[in-house]
Amino acid sequence: MSLWKYANPVKFLALSARVQPYAWAAAAIGILIGLGWGFFATPDDFRQGSTIKIIYIHVPAAWIAINAWIMMLFASLVWLVRRHHVSALAAKAAAPIGLVMTVIGLITGAVWGQPMWGTWWVWDPRLTSFLILFLFYLGYIALWEAIDDPDTAADLTSILCLVGSVFALLSRYAVLFWSQGLHQGASLSLDKEENISDVFWQPLVLSIAGFTLLFLALVLYRTGTEIALRRTRALNVRLDKNT
Amino acid sequence: MRAMLIRDLRLAFRAGGGFGLGLAFFLILVVLVPFSVGPQGELLASIAPGVLWLGALLACLLSLDRLLALDFEDGTLDVLATAPLPLEAALAMKSLAHWITTGLPLVLAAPFLGILLNLPTQGFSWLVISLLLGTPALSMIGTFGAALTVGIKRGGLLMSLLVLPLYVPTLIFGAEAARRGVVGMDVQTPLFLLAGISLGAIALLPFAAAAALRMTIR
Amino acid sequence: MELRLTNVAVARGGVPVLSGVSFTLAAGKALILRGPNGSGKTTLLRTIAGLQPPLSGQIDGAEDAVAYAGHADGLKAMLSVAENLKFWAAIYGRRDIGPALDAYALAPLAERLTGTLSAGQKRRAGLARLMVTGRPIWILDEPTVSLDVDAVEMFAKAVQTHLAAGGMALLATHIDLGLAQAQVLDVTPLRAAPSDMHGASDEAFL
Repeated sequence: MSLWKYANPVKFLALSARVQPYAWAAAAIGILIGLGWGFFATPDDFRQGSTIKIIYIHVPAAWIAINAWIMMLFASLVWLVRRHHVSALAAKAAAPIGLVMTVIGLITGAVWGQPMWGTWWVWDPRLTSFLILFLFYLGYIALWEAIDDPDTAADLTSILCLVGSVFALLSRYAVLFWSQGLHQGASLSLDKEENISDVFWQPLVLSIAGFTLLFLALVLYRTGTEIALRRTRALNVRLDKNT
Repeated sequence: MRAMLIRDLRLAFRAGGGFGLGLAFFLILVVLVPFSVGPQGELLASIAPGVLWLGALLACLLSLDRLLALDFEDGTLDVLATAPLPLEAALAMKSLAHWITTGLPLVLAAPFLGILLNLPTQGFSWLVISLLLGTPALSMIGTFGAALTVGIKRGGLLMSLLVLPLYVPTLIFGAEAARRGVVGMDVQTPLFLLAGISLGAIALLPFAAAAALRMTIR
Repeated sequence: MELRLTNVAVARGGVPVLSGVSFTLAAGKALILRGPNGSGKTTLLRTIAGLQPPLSGQIDGAEDAVAYAGHADGLKAMLSVAENLKFWAAIYGRRDIGPALDAYALAPLAERLTGTLSAGQKRRAGLARLMVTGRPIWILDEPTVSLDVDAVEMFAKAVQTHLAAGGMALLATHIDLGLAQAQVLDVTPLRAAPSDMHGASDEAFL
């Protein structure tokens, strides 16, 4: 029946091996075309000049940074409720990717902000929220690393992820309250269509899709690695026991 | 539950319990601030609410790694986990004891340290009220952090890394309320939000902390 | 009132250590677990005490009936013996600590800080803790460590009294306490076979 059968590591690996080549290829196509189109085939913005082009990296990275955490939240819930190992390991595998994407988002933001606002860093709500998100990722990864027993580590990081999500959301609103900032509104949103004109919008969507597929491929790949590590560990424990 | 609270208070007040350590840290931190930013009264007055809030927060953090670690080492937590008192209640009481021995003294000391930082008179009452509403959240969130890291050797630093980001909303609303009190703006909104965070933390985090603790003991 | 284990398997760190543990402990009886170090006695006792779930099998009659004493005593160095015992009594909803003090000859030490006691005296205070819980099933992990001959006798007598009053005791110990009501269970043959992975938390990876 259902999706849950892929919670078995072996079945998951088999599926992952089948899906991964397509995911890598599609990610490469999406990112190459999206970035190439964005960088070379779109006009400069009338106010921001060519610096606008950094959104083709900045926005997708930020998008992954947030959604990686949301994916980890769901994976943590699945682990706590149904205790499927693949789920816990997928959350573990996604965290460093989310961290890197957060850093990319922050750096590209700074590079973009320098010519726009005349400064590398401003304590604008959106930037600040990402900085806080960065700290949450750090804490989550550090907790995984600190605990020896893998099941206990999965349990405790899941609880941290749940509680952390609530506080991350609280922080988001607290930061909004704390400062009304310089950052322009959302680049993409469904209800405000003409936020950003079509010329920029199409390559951006392609780039976001490419980054998302890249994230998927990376998570599949890294989860596979984590499963292999767990398997090695399980076999080693059995070996020690028999001698 | 009362026995739990009384025991923790008694332990804190006896020598070696670390009572007063947070307070001394708070004092030293505030004394160091003028050395680092200069003695100009105006500058100190404008940063005073924030500095006092940050100092209180760090002083709170200081005593957290002893909150559960000692009980973990001497087997108390094992026995508590099999006792009729729910672990959630025991942790809520431990966090209340932490607040009484750490948070409350900080609240009471804050006005005196405010004088050192040239805090304007109209700010004192709001500073105390905001700390009074916010420090329970600091203790409760800290208890949760301590429960997550109690089984880890030298988990103190890791606990700071986990707890400090969770302190962000409390710090923002608390310091904002104190700052607005000083400049005479409307303080109601941040105070309500601060109280909301404290109440939410007290209502929910004992369960998360107890769940984490059971997983560690297992 | 009895404690019944049916085909229980327990794991340490996710790896099965014992399987097929079955026994019944009736009121007034004691069971002594034997087995070499690392054979899983502590894990079994912790599982029965409810500190960790069994891998499989059924444990009946243990819930809210168990007083557990592990390797550590759960006593605070900066509290007196009486304060420690009163605290644990209150946690279990009781008050009277007199009989516990008497059984282990702790009355002269009652006002001393626990931190100033010798290891054996501390252990006696830790064992006295079981008496103030009022729980029928005592679970004791190596209770006689650092006790001298007299103290072991006190302990044996306390267990006798507890059993005579309809209590139960489950001990992991190598010392002969002279308990007539005690059966002995050697856990060595119950060691989980390497092939017996069923229910292990990392089973899915094998």
